[in-house]
Amino acid sequence: MFKNIIDWIDARIPMTRVYNMHMAQYPAPKNMNFWYVFGFLATIVLVNQILTGVWLTMSYVPSADGAFASVEYIMRDVEYGWVIRYMHSTGASAFFVVVYLHMFRGMMYGSYQKPRELLWLFGMFIYLALMAEAFMGYLLPWGQMSYWGAQVIISLFGAIPFVGEDLALWIRGDYVVSGATLNRFFALHVIALPLVIVILVFLHIVALHEVGSNNPDGVDVKRKKGTVAEEDKTKFEFHEYYTSKKDILDDVVPFFPHMVLKDLMAFGVFIFLFCYVMFFNPDFYGKFIEHPNFETANPLKTPEHVFPVWYFTPFYAILKAVPHKLMGVIAMFGAIILLALLPWIDRGKVRSVRYRCGLHKLNLWIFAISFVVLGYFGGTPATPTSEILAPLFTILYFAFFAALWIYSKNENTKPLPDRITK
Amino acid sequence: MSNAPVDNSRRRFLTAATTVVGGAGAVAVAVPFIASWNPSARAKSAGAPVEVDITKLEPGQLIRVEWRGKPVWVVYRTPEMLEQLGQIEDKLLDPKSSEEKQQPSYAKNNFRSSRDEILVAVGICTHLGCSPTYFSEGYEEIVEGVNSGFFCPCHGSKFDLAGRVFSGVPAGLNLQIPPYYYIDDTTILIGEDEKGAA
Repeated sequence: MFKNIIDWIDARIPMTRVYNMHMAQYPAPKNMNFWYVFGFLATIVLVNQILTGVWLTMSYVPSADGAFASVEYIMRDVEYGWVIRYMHSTGASAFFVVVYLHMFRGMMYGSYQKPRELLWLFGMFIYLALMAEAFMGYLLPWGQMSYWGAQVIISLFGAIPFVGEDLALWIRGDYVVSGATLNRFFALHVIALPLVIVILVFLHIVALHEVGSNNPDGVDVKRKKGTVAEEDKTKFEFHEYYTSKKDILDDVVPFFPHMVLKDLMAFGVFIFLFCYVMFFNPDFYGKFIEHPNFETANPLKTPEHVFPVWYFTPFYAILKAVPHKLMGVIAMFGAIILLALLPWIDRGKVRSVRYRCGLHKLNLWIFAISFVVLGYFGGTPATPTSEILAPLFTILYFAFFAALWIYSKNENTKPLPDRITK
Repeated sequence: MSNAPVDNSRRRFLTAATTVVGGAGAVAVAVPFIASWNPSARAKSAGAPVEVDITKLEPGQLIRVEWRGKPVWVVYRTPEMLEQLGQIEDKLLDPKSSEEKQQPSYAKNNFRSSRDEILVAVGICTHLGCSPTYFSEGYEEIVEGVNSGFFCPCHGSKFDLAGRVFSGVPAGLNLQIPPYYYIDDTTILIGEDEKGAA
């Protein structure tokens, strides 16, 4: 009976084939470690954001007069409204936590290198769309930080020569951030950008499955057809889409259930931390929801300190560190564009940091530390110390790319293992 | 594709013609979508001038009024404040207010105002649009030797009490002076001057 239903469907859409190809018979390197859980977690958070977002839309009023009050209404009067909202606001920060770790994983193990350039680019487009999504979402509660954060970020476009001021006016739809801005951001936040993100995630996964997953050793688990002895081939059954093109070494396991179970384990830890924040510390010391945002937007009064939410602060620190408006904006966007160009900046042939030169290990660490330190300076008021250190770490951030480009050309790497190690 | 003989030049012409017509159509369809993001007629008409009564304005005090959704400051500067404005020109980026579009001609003077003691300025930082904080005193901690001024909390831009920007800060322009005039001795109309509306 059940088989008949499956057969009936399979004769009409390729359900079983797609399931096998992308789940039960997709080869995943068996040495994938805990750094490989963040893609799965990002997917879970995306689902959370869409689900809670739809529910929030049911009670939220997208207008300058009604927005702030409707968020209070959700928090106080709607049954379990506070849970739905805190799932959404905590989810936004969690999204960036897992995405930043996911990106750093890619940098450590050279997952952006040939042939995964497009995979990396799709990922960067997701990241960009995610930043736009988060920025627009943050305006919707119409608190003080929503308002002034949006005012600052939109004004960034005003720094573009000649067309900047008109462009900023066009984005706002008014001479200052107003209800017109709120309504269009609402439309983009709940419809346009989620669609873009879902499509990009689809393309990201398509690109991943076409080239195959990288692994912590960065060595290939597939070889040219006919070059692998029978005893070295995998004992699992994989989809012929993969086996017909390449010989697959005995270094892989099917994605389902092996990798999914590992991911679910990570999900258990993740949900534990998520719930702690959501139930006990939803504003996370004013980092996930900034304190001035508990006050309704006032166009006549800027809060004493205006900071973006924590996930933008590294780039914000770069903007602040450059004492020139246009150059600051260029440096800020440049910091993101350089990340997208990593596949071409890194001229090395060895992927994983495990087998690259000591300088690369050091460089990568300095980059990670710079990113965190800049994030700290971008979210705290300027002090004499930060005025010296923030430009220094901005230089270190950019120096990562310059140094990588130089030493990766003729890098003194360790010998790669023939097969992946344990 | 069939095996029928192909007239390539005819096919090229048809492809090009279809592409051009389709492209023009796509551009035409894009116009309403893009133009609808411009400020609406209502947003444009909301820019009416506002009257400010300065009878109760005390020396050293700042009041904020809303004009076109922006904060506009009216500051009553004391004689000491005015005196200091003349002494700090070497610390400023543009002490002579040379940028024409930042003020009307009647505010292009030492105090950037039509009446010496009253400053009228748009309270929006020329860097990224935050509203700077007013320090009627205690500004020495921000700029040495200057008693009062404005400090933008967002990125640390600094302005003196004539709205002139200090050197070495992110903002590159003096604060905007809106068009205004005195209807009578104690009432300012912001957004319009003798020459007409802004």
